[in-house]
Amino acid sequence: MKIVVCVKQVPDTTEVKINPETNTLIREGVASILNPFDMYAVEEAIRIKEKVGGTVIVLSMGPPQVAEQLKETIAMGADEAILVSDRAFAGSDTLATSYALSKAIEKIADVNLVICGKQAIDGDTAQVGPEIAEKIGIPHLTYVKKIEAISETEITLERMNEDGYERVQMPLPGLITVVKEINEPRLPSLKGMMRSKKAEIPIWSAADIDADPAKCGLNGSPTWVKRIFIPEIKCQGEIFSGEPEEQVKFLVNALVGRKIVV
Amino acid sequence: MGIKIYLEKCYGCKVCVPSCPFGLIEIVDKKAVIKDGCNLCGACVSTCKFKAIEIIRDVKVTIDKSLYKGVWIFAEQRNGQLANVAKELLGEGRKLADELGEPLVAVLLGHNIESEAKQLVAYGADQVFVADAPQLEHFLEDSYTQVLVDLVQKERPNIILMGATAIGRSLAPKVAARLETGLTADCTGLDVDVAEKNLLQTRPAFGGNLMATILCPNHRPQMATVRPKVFKPLEPDLGRKATITKVDLSKTQWEIRAKILEIVNEVGHSVNLEEANIIVSGGRGLCDPKNFELVRELADTLGAAVGASRAAVDSGWIPYAHQVGQTGKTVGPKVYIACGIRGAIQHLAGMQSSDIIVAINKDPDAPIFKLATYGIVGDVLEILPMLTKEFKKALG
Ligand SMILES: Cc1cc2nc3c(=O)[nH]c(=O)nc-3n(C[C@H](O)[C@H](O)[C@H](O)COP(=O)(O)OP(=O)(O)OC[C@H]3O[C@@H](n4cnc5c(N)ncnc54)[C@H](O)[C@@H]3O)c2cc1C
Ligand SMILES: Nc1ncnc2c1ncn2[C@@H]1O[C@H](COP(=O)(O)O)[C@@H](O)[C@H]1O
Repeated sequence: MKIVVCVKQVPDTTEVKINPETNTLIREGVASILNPFDMYAVEEAIRIKEKVGGTVIVLSMGPPQVAEQLKETIAMGADEAILVSDRAFAGSDTLATSYALSKAIEKIADVNLVICGKQAIDGDTAQVGPEIAEKIGIPHLTYVKKIEAISETEITLERMNEDGYERVQMPLPGLITVVKEINEPRLPSLKGMMRSKKAEIPIWSAADIDADPAKCGLNGSPTWVKRIFIPEIKCQGEIFSGEPEEQVKFLVNALVGRKIVV
Repeated sequence: MGIKIYLEKCYGCKVCVPSCPFGLIEIVDKKAVIKDGCNLCGACVSTCKFKAIEIIRDVKVTIDKSLYKGVWIFAEQRNGQLANVAKELLGEGRKLADELGEPLVAVLLGHNIESEAKQLVAYGADQVFVADAPQLEHFLEDSYTQVLVDLVQKERPNIILMGATAIGRSLAPKVAARLETGLTADCTGLDVDVAEKNLLQTRPAFGGNLMATILCPNHRPQMATVRPKVFKPLEPDLGRKATITKVDLSKTQWEIRAKILEIVNEVGHSVNLEEANIIVSGGRGLCDPKNFELVRELADTLGAAVGASRAAVDSGWIPYAHQVGQTGKTVGPKVYIACGIRGAIQHLAGMQSSDIIVAINKDPDAPIFKLATYGIVGDVLEILPMLTKEFKKALG
């Protein structure tokens, strides 16, 4: 069983704050982390390996410094990590990103299962997983919360939707994206940390994965960012004051009196 | 290709410096310099009054945009029932179609769904394509992509909108990848540039800290998923007339790889947060899991759904299905009552499109009050029982 897990490095958005005076982002000390959702993907891959055997390969696309951080996944128990990195990839939207990752997965070859996180917390698009699957020509299922059974040729799982969940069976090779409910990611083991220190992370360029320059980076991205701005927080509302009893009466009046709550 | 600073136009005014979300612009010798690591997001370009910054692309326009017409909405149905988001998309799609002078078209896939097609007309469609087959009864990526892509290639719409739901967010990227076109996720604002017939797609990024407006200028169709509950449906007009066209599926090559074994409906015993009109949410300020009972009592009184902050979920006070926010559900009820929730940006990202926000918090400086329509400063444990009692009285 060969499993590839796609992991993205993202800025820790909890650390991003807005300077209220200048209305600009305060970026000092914003740490880069591995996308939290992708940790569930790594954990699930390791669990599958522990159950049915195989190898877990972590794959990322990003700037060279990501290589160091990918070692965290080796410390958790992944067998290898590979970074796809090239200036040609700068400015990639989801289509160009999924193209590069799909070419890398084709180079890895004979992959039974690709696991992605539900979404990356910087862009929140949740598009890269399904787009990779389509590019490689394998089926995909999203929002997976439980794997019931898995072999090299078939997976049975539960995927979430607004009403509950569906139990679905899909032939492999295939791709899944996983949600937080699927597991609790483990901490690195001591042995894993030792191994990760010594690990070499190969860096693949656009040429290494035989990527068509027209489909990479800016040129391969149909979507363009026209403008980025800081959202206006709605105007200040009404903060009641006085004794709790009074405040409660004000609120009930405001909502029931104006027929907002009926 | 890449980002370029025209030194002769740059006066070192520094306006661009704070615009970079990654902090990569520096002024050296009165000229802006972009440091390594730029991912060409373009945030700085529009801030420069002197047009000194430009993103240069090798643009090869290979399609004839004038061949693509029509605003399409994917009319999502689950268990044969039209999803609310389909009506919301028609409401917004109507505006875009009228501005562009193009028809508004709904595409409905399913089995025995004729009656839902009529609803789509009432909610504003000029034309409805109905693809009806047993293979389409329940959503599956393969069958839906196939039918949709075949139809798009034949009819060539300019724009396709889908709901940013579990179905839409799995289907849209597969369709976009097969059509090799752009897709903007989870939009909260839409507009058109009539001259270029471009869709201006605005969406939150960085957990709601930033908004981005995205274009897909040289590819067609332009595709976007749209957050439920952001746009409003039109009043249904049962007298509206429109063509309902049956899609010919006789030549469709069905290649359906996944198989549904069972559909488990769980909303029976809890109100669906995404569709609820009122939500009462609890956070860490409730101090103890047993105090969630106070939230539930108020919710029951109001016929509301129960939500929670991540801190409450992580403490194990309530299951993850109730979590609202960036890593939970996105909701947009008429009234959202936040009890003992600080209002971290990740929480706000999931509920800020609510019509009315009520905050109850003992800390007057909690960020939730910035967003609140009504705020009560006080102890939730004291306020909640009083609120329940007062509402019971007022509502009889
Ligand atoms: C990647 C990532 C994703 C995240 N996604 C989400 C998400 O989807 N949803 C989400 O909610 N959070 C999310 N978070 C977490 C978020 O940053 C906050 O930690 C969380 O929302 C805080 O929850 P809280 O307001 O309940 O708790 P706290 O921050 O502890 O705030 C509790 C509030 O209650 C008030 N309070 C205390 N006691 C009382 C009392 N007796 N009466 C009245 N008020 C009282 C306090 O003044 C305080 O304002 C995410 C974080 C990360 C890193
Ligand atoms: N640059 C990247 N490198 C590796 N994996 C990625 C990258 N971008 C996205 N992914 C994967 O795709 C998922 C969805 O990302 P997104 O579409 O950006 O929300 C993530 O959870 C990752 O598993």
